[in-house]
Amino acid sequence: MLEIKNVSFSVSENDGDKEILRDVSLTVPARKLLVITGPNGGGKSTLAKLIAGIERPTAGSIFFDGEDITDLNITERARAGIAFAFQHPVRFKGIRVLDLLRLATGKNASVAEACEMLSQVGLCAKEYINREVNDSLSGGELKRIEIATVIARGAKLSVFDEPEAGIDLWSFQNLIKVFRKMRNEIRDSSIIIISHQERILRIADEIVVLKDGRVDRRGTPDELFPNLCDAASVSAPCRMAEED
Amino acid sequence: MPELNQLQKKILEEVADLHKVPEGAYNIRSDSKSVGRRSTENIEIVPKTDVSGLDIRIRPGTKNESVHIPVILTESGLRETVYNDFYIGEGADVLIVAGCGIDNCGNQDSEHDGIHRFFVERGASVRYVEKHYGQGDGRGKRILNPVTEVTLADGASMEMEMVQIKGVDDTDRRTVAKLGAGAKLVVRERLMTHGEQRALSTYDVELNGKGATADVVSRSVAKDDSLQRFDAKITGNAECRGHTECDSIIMDRGRILAVPALEANDVDAALVHEAAIGKIAGAQLIKLMTLGLTEREAEEQIVNGFLS
Repeated sequence: MLEIKNVSFSVSENDGDKEILRDVSLTVPARKLLVITGPNGGGKSTLAKLIAGIERPTAGSIFFDGEDITDLNITERARAGIAFAFQHPVRFKGIRVLDLLRLATGKNASVAEACEMLSQVGLCAKEYINREVNDSLSGGELKRIEIATVIARGAKLSVFDEPEAGIDLWSFQNLIKVFRKMRNEIRDSSIIIISHQERILRIADEIVVLKDGRVDRRGTPDELFPNLCDAASVSAPCRMAEED
Repeated sequence: MPELNQLQKKILEEVADLHKVPEGAYNIRSDSKSVGRRSTENIEIVPKTDVSGLDIRIRPGTKNESVHIPVILTESGLRETVYNDFYIGEGADVLIVAGCGIDNCGNQDSEHDGIHRFFVERGASVRYVEKHYGQGDGRGKRILNPVTEVTLADGASMEMEMVQIKGVDDTDRRTVAKLGAGAKLVVRERLMTHGEQRALSTYDVELNGKGATADVVSRSVAKDDSLQRFDAKITGNAECRGHTECDSIIMDRGRILAVPALEANDVDAALVHEAAIGKIAGAQLIKLMTLGLTEREAEEQIVNGFLS
């Protein structure tokens, strides 16, 4: 499905180039849920943006369904079947939740269909469908609408950048259900979730630990969990697990 | 029943959402002539005798009725000033739809200046919709310079929706309002300029009675080389509340000037002004592009949503 080959990414800073990702290679097969985790600043969000085309790698290539998509722009990648949920969703004055869901589906979805999409992320559809995606929505509401727009696309590959960020514990329970359901109905698609949350890591088919811009290790939850908390590399999931 | 040609029908659709002759009272003005007029039992439309224009009298207590007075200009080089006075009787509740569309295919400037005065009596309520639209590929300019004067008696209210989305080359809009005790004015202006268009919009609102409120909000988009100026002044002369807001998207080489002015002459006057001008946020474009829209399509959606 998705193949990342020797991808590097660096940004220019005052004191020279800073390397965010170094020679990362990764394969995401069809019908799999992959969770990318690791310490803050390890390059997770950058990798997600490189997949969606929001950033371009400084070296290496990205293949999607066998096609080299390294030079495709955001729109072309979206049309090729890649969906992306922002860590910090964007607000729009004047654009309603219904409008955004219709743009996501690429068709004039009925109100009933749009309501169904919102219900999936635990929002009472009637209250939200005609609301503007603006400052009147809370961070948690916005986040769930963002996730709904990605589910609505029904894409071959869906990438979620820290879906738990900014969501309250109550909503988080729902979120886990949403991802479980997506995993169960995965068919020929794939899902990548960037997350620190143990409960999301637990539903992964495979976990990749990204640290200092490199793949530190990868494996199934059962393989990785015994050592995940011991290693200084990943502290966040453990902290959150304790809080749960 | 007036006979309208295709061009007149198209412009009527644009400025008044009319697909046929409206229900209720109406006057359709096309190239300086009335091509259809109807008064009703409660709403009387009478042509002025001294100047071009109409006196529109709405009986006290008239409810759920409407007046449509669209204007169409299709002759290149036609310039006119029209004086319309609206007298809205005590306790009435009506919808007034004005609007002007200019089709200028010629090389001479066409201009319509509508001078509208509203006298809204005690406890009456008016919803006023005014759309301006221009089309035609001539070199002659399409010019609209409306002046609106609103006098709201105690407890009267008026909601004004002013829309100019396309095709008007030059506009200088002046709106003056005086509010009595407990009167309420709401203005929602939506403006989009493109090409080398120029749009000036000036509001001067006086809150003269206790409990008067005004909320004047403009949302605008300036594209290409166009220029806009939003000049809103609210004066509080009593215990009152006033709010003005200018929220603008600037694109290409557009220019926008927001001029806030508040004058409080009473210690209990609460007045607020907000103004924000900025280009479309990159993250908004990226989000819509991740849904499969091109950058241009994303821009269009954002602008349309903003002005909806």
